[in-house]
Amino acid sequence: MNAVKRDIVPLLLIPALAVAALPLVSSPSSWVTLTVAGLAMGLMIFVMASGLTLTFGLMDVLNFGHGAFIAVGAFVAASVMLALGPWMAANSFWLNMAAVGPAVLAAVMVSGALGFVFERVIVRPVYGQHLKQILVTTGGLIVAEQLLKVVWGPDQITLSRPTARRGAFVVGSALAGLGGAMWGLYQETVTAAIGAKVAVLVFIVIIIGGLGSIGGCFIGALLVGLTANYIGFLAPKVALGSNILLMALILLWRPQGLYPVAKR
Amino acid sequence: MLRALLSDDLPRSRWLAVALVVILLGLAVAPFLFPGAKSLNVAAKICIFIVLAASFDLLLGYTGIVSFAHTMFFGIGAYGIAIALTRIGPSWISIGVGLIGGLALAIVLAALIGLFSLRVRTIFFAMITLAVASAFAIMASQLSDLTGGEDGLNYRLPAMLRASFSLIDGTLFGVRLNGRILDYYLVYLVALVLVLALLRVVNSPFGSVLKAIRENPFRAEAIGYRTVVYRSIASCIAAAAAALAGALLALWSSQTNPDTTLSFDIMIDILLMVVIGGMGTIYGAVIGAVLLVFAQNYLQELLAIANKALEGMPLAANLFHPDRWLLWLGVAFILCVYFFPTGIVGRLRGQR
Repeated sequence: MNAVKRDIVPLLLIPALAVAALPLVSSPSSWVTLTVAGLAMGLMIFVMASGLTLTFGLMDVLNFGHGAFIAVGAFVAASVMLALGPWMAANSFWLNMAAVGPAVLAAVMVSGALGFVFERVIVRPVYGQHLKQILVTTGGLIVAEQLLKVVWGPDQITLSRPTARRGAFVVGSALAGLGGAMWGLYQETVTAAIGAKVAVLVFIVIIIGGLGSIGGCFIGALLVGLTANYIGFLAPKVALGSNILLMALILLWRPQGLYPVAKR
Repeated sequence: MLRALLSDDLPRSRWLAVALVVILLGLAVAPFLFPGAKSLNVAAKICIFIVLAASFDLLLGYTGIVSFAHTMFFGIGAYGIAIALTRIGPSWISIGVGLIGGLALAIVLAALIGLFSLRVRTIFFAMITLAVASAFAIMASQLSDLTGGEDGLNYRLPAMLRASFSLIDGTLFGVRLNGRILDYYLVYLVALVLVLALLRVVNSPFGSVLKAIRENPFRAEAIGYRTVVYRSIASCIAAAAAALAGALLALWSSQTNPDTTLSFDIMIDILLMVVIGGMGTIYGAVIGAVLLVFAQNYLQELLAIANKALEGMPLAANLFHPDRWLLWLGVAFILCVYFFPTGIVGRLRGQR
């Protein structure tokens, strides 16, 4: 474990990437903008991905329905913020925060509760069987998306799942909800597909970081956020492909991800 | 003869045998038994999805790996034909070019993904395929010069496969033998051959190694089989079969777009088909594909009836809304994974 902690090479990738992008992005001011936006996006992805990697690291469960929790968080937060519409529209930072705070809290609580149910009903019977976990959590995603449409109309719903040694799953799901709430604010729209869209980025991030590693997940999220912004600026058409390329390069270098977690 | 055709893998259940014969004959006479554009379309979709689900079963059921990129290969096959027909023109040569191009791309991609990620664990492969497939879907809709973007491509089929073409003058059993019927039988025969070929693959010595890897990869490796090589080859074969299924779809529908070939919804459909029908049997994929395509086309009408009956209770009525058919199949899917891991075919064989 100590050896892993002293391994700072992956950490250096982040400044290296930022410096490498500087000559490509001609003007320094847009470079600063892109870097800040990339870091912000990376931090948000980290919040969502950390929940998934947490459940995996502690419980050895990978939830393919994680996107559902993200979507539930986004929907709940959006509903609360719509209900507090006047506060959101008010020209006061504190009133705005007074609306965002409860929205985020509600998102976290609802997706955490959903995570609890998900663990009970869906995940508990299949601990230790990866193939069945993938199938069953994917099934959970299907059902959850449909149920979201039942509750919120023909929009998508997300599922949350409870974690580990029971608490971890709840925390992981709550983090998904939190990430979803913030992503909704960031993108300014909440659609049914939000979970699935973000889930791909989340998966890339936790593969890059090494399954189950929070630190690796953090670095992976920042790398993905920065790459997405730089490439989005330089060559918009290949933006998503660039993340796959990043993943492939890192896996060539470290096949288990940046910080491989001890094998089970 | 029959034994050789089925590669010595008989249905081993009377009811399963009956069901398979009904499907085989039903699809063979569908154009005459159920004339009309919609039912012919349903029959062709069934043929295509049987191939797609059976090739996925080679991965999921026989090799024990979950790939979320199967629709990507399906899409590559479809777009190969579509792009060739759009660019070169409606001829058999362009179909050949598109077919070879699509197959080659699918096999190369499958080999790359396999060698990259199959060394590690099931979950890793599942996640990487998911990421690659969604990136591919987004790329396909962005490269609109080549793929037509979100709208996809509309193109003309060779003259022989168009509705305006007549095979013989007059009618046979009251049905005019036009190009569509010819097209349908092309799809039917190719699908039949592909399913028999997949049966051959899974019952070959190669298939036995795959099953050994599924049951215990460490032991298989210890006996001397390079698991990553075998898994990668299986994934290439499955990708090639999926690309062929995609090519059939492109040849049938004369339009190809991301929704019908690359979307995650199709991936979900294939998963449902294989798991509900029965993993690791090929026959299960056949049964599952028939059930699911029927459900897509006709379950909605049943749900509409339930929806009407529950009109007074808003939430309950919403649960039975015709658009929520996937909800019920999703529940069936989860129950299947828990309680009937061998699916319908496994149940039928158990009752023998």
